Amino acid sequence: MAKKMALIATKGTLDMAYPPFILGSTAAALGWDVQIFFTFYGLQLLRKDLSSVKISPLGNPAMPMPVPMPVLVQILPGMESMATMMMKQKMKSKGVASLEQLRDLCLEADVKFVACQMTVDLFEFSKSDFIDNIEYGGAATFMKFAGESDVCLFI
Amino acid sequence: MNFDKEYDASGLACPLPIVKTKKALADMASGTVLKVMATDPGSVCDMAAFAEQTGNTLLEQGEEGGKYVFFLRKA
Repeated sequence: MAKKMALIATKGTLDMAYPPFILGSTAAALGWDVQIFFTFYGLQLLRKDLSSVKISPLGNPAMPMPVPMPVLVQILPGMESMATMMMKQKMKSKGVASLEQLRDLCLEADVKFVACQMTVDLFEFSKSDFIDNIEYGGAATFMKFAGESDVCLFI
Repeated sequence: MNFDKEYDASGLACPLPIVKTKKALADMASGTVLKVMATDPGSVCDMAAFAEQTGNTLLEQGEEGGKYVFFLRKA
């Protein structure tokens, strides 16, 4: 019987988008059954277009910067896009997969994506915003799978 | 060591060497040997963990020309 992993993805920033897709694709490669429940800001990771998934140095003093940057500079228009662009370039140069690539690897390996219906409604998303092949459900849907899982993480 | 197929994961970072190794094994027959090359230092521990959990046998591992090399026999 295959092991199971249940994840809850609640964050929609570039850095926090990686753990669910990395763990999901890896567990699937190990033969595990994986389900990821996307809720609140994590729903952004199910959008067809992931270009709005960004990273910000603001409020994140642990983020390594090429040059020290005062907080008042970080709030300037365009800084978030610049930080995101720089992070993506850095990732590419280090052989880190893009989010799109990792998400595709998950889908290819039958990782099941469940979008939280309550937060889809709350943020007035349309199903057409999201990729196909996902399910819509609530806490009980998650608990059913999570209750049988060997690993369960909130991200 | 003799092998039936080769996959080069050089330059790729976690989790790609493992996920792609799994894909490389997919169309191989049971008992055949896959040679994997990687530059990710994390792949040394990861490949052993992958083999242990999937039942594929890690026959040999080492370094060759500055790269990590693994020989996996498909379960």
